[in-house]
Amino acid sequence: MKRTFPLILVFVFGILGIIPFFVPHPVVQNADGFLRNEFLRILVAFALVLGLGSLLKVHIDKIKRRRENWQYSWILIISFLISAIIGLFGGVRGTGILPTSIGSFQFDIWTIYWNVVMPLGSTMFALLAFFMASAAYRAFRARSTEATLLLAAAFVVMLGVLPLGDRISPHLPSFAQWIMDVPNVAGQRGILFGVALGALATALKIILGIERSWLGGGRE
Amino acid sequence: MTLILLCSIYALAPPTGVRAYDTPDDGGGSVTIEWQLSQDDAEITRYDIYRSEDGETYEKVGFIGPGRTSIEDESTQDGLEYFYKVAALRDTIRIFSEPSSPVMSRAHLVDRTKMNVFVALLILGAIILYFTYAARRGREMFIRKITGLQAIDDAVGRATEMGKPILYCPGIGYIEDIATIASLNILGEVAKKCAQYDTKLINPNRDPIVYTVAREIIKESYNSVGRPDSFDPDSVYYVTDSQFAYAAALDGVMIRERPATNFLVGWFRAESLILAETGASTGAIQIAGTDQVSQLPFFVTACDYTLIGEELYAASAYISKEPLLLGAIKGEDWGKFFIGVVLIIASIIGLLTTFPILGLFR
Repeated sequence: MKRTFPLILVFVFGILGIIPFFVPHPVVQNADGFLRNEFLRILVAFALVLGLGSLLKVHIDKIKRRRENWQYSWILIISFLISAIIGLFGGVRGTGILPTSIGSFQFDIWTIYWNVVMPLGSTMFALLAFFMASAAYRAFRARSTEATLLLAAAFVVMLGVLPLGDRISPHLPSFAQWIMDVPNVAGQRGILFGVALGALATALKIILGIERSWLGGGRE
Repeated sequence: MTLILLCSIYALAPPTGVRAYDTPDDGGGSVTIEWQLSQDDAEITRYDIYRSEDGETYEKVGFIGPGRTSIEDESTQDGLEYFYKVAALRDTIRIFSEPSSPVMSRAHLVDRTKMNVFVALLILGAIILYFTYAARRGREMFIRKITGLQAIDDAVGRATEMGKPILYCPGIGYIEDIATIASLNILGEVAKKCAQYDTKLINPNRDPIVYTVAREIIKESYNSVGRPDSFDPDSVYYVTDSQFAYAAALDGVMIRERPATNFLVGWFRAESLILAETGASTGAIQIAGTDQVSQLPFFVTACDYTLIGEELYAASAYISKEPLLLGAIKGEDWGKFFIGVVLIIASIIGLLTTFPILGLFR
């Protein structure tokens, strides 16, 4: 029963997920909307509590056991508590019962998000430029036939998008575009073709209970 | 003067043949109105659409530019009868068509425009199920070698020998993403191997639901190989739902814990290269897999092995060697073959109609 019940649930909800794609009737669409929006939102709320509990547990444990870099866990816990208190009692834009400004200094959740979370995220994103350079160096070392072909194609495409490419040959930009539009798109479509069928097969396997790895394996 | 004005009014021909019908294959609440262009279509500003419930009092419900011959009125109430008129408009002159026959909108049970998808689903489903049950009857299934999956045993073994943990990242997708589901299937198999070798498995998650599912999967995997005591609940945890904060947290784990093997398998976006490059810099063996075509080049460049697209979905079958799952993969391959044949035939027919010299299939 421990395994049968989840399998029945997956089968029922899997089929319920397919039906609205083919049936436009409002009864079916509204039921689907309820499952996707309302029901899932409740589920996410419960899961989020579990998730946050897990996060706090891991870091409290790290502080207790004085594991490596345990001091940073204090930063996480304090930031977590401050954000939670301001968010719960101060409102998103400072409309709650807790005051979220001292003079012109505002610290409501909206301000914190735009002035702390977003810039930190952008900083991580900016690292991509450096990682791209190191990855490109590794990819373009002509150690094999495939890597040499990749290097040559990348060289042509890069030259093609630069003004210098047009100076070398007026045909170079259009050749670079051809590489992007034909061999590149053909390869991508080949992958997407397999992905679409693989997704269908995976969905069928899970709905019909053939694939049970998500249950931790076993067939009893 | 009056004569000239009257001439100009009557010079504007009204739209004709107005036909209103219930919009097919929809969920109701919509009527489609069609008409034939006014003979003075080139001169008009637009067509105004008027609706009436009693055939006498009309109200404007929409408008559309010249040259157009149909519009959908999506504000109808199912079960009520409506009449429609279309007016051609030029400056302040408005010439009405004859009213349409009464029409009533209703909700439809089936969207017939999606029948092709339904038929394709049935055919492919039948092929997959045929091979699944052929496998159940004991038919041998040959699956080509997938290097990235063959490396899993070595990767887990290496971590065991080095006494270092394994990092498993299921990506930043949600539980409804098929790549995340495939990743969780692989996680189950990897967790079993970790349990067998008593190797620590670290699994940070970005989505709370994925976290709860991953935690149960790992726990069950440890149970299924008889090592429930080895399961460390603190090694499976939720980090944050912020994409780059999650990437930063994983980079931190890679730098601090120095895992011997990193699995980056699932649904990824821009953080893929940040994770893969950081992992490569720590000297870990990296096995990546995603169905996101735009992220594959990053993984191919920075990781030792990459599962490309469908290989990701085939992974759990390949690792577990479960005959039923292998049968499903075989069915998938035959499905691809079937679609490939259809595409080749369609392309040949397309070419034959394109070249005028051949003039076939016209």
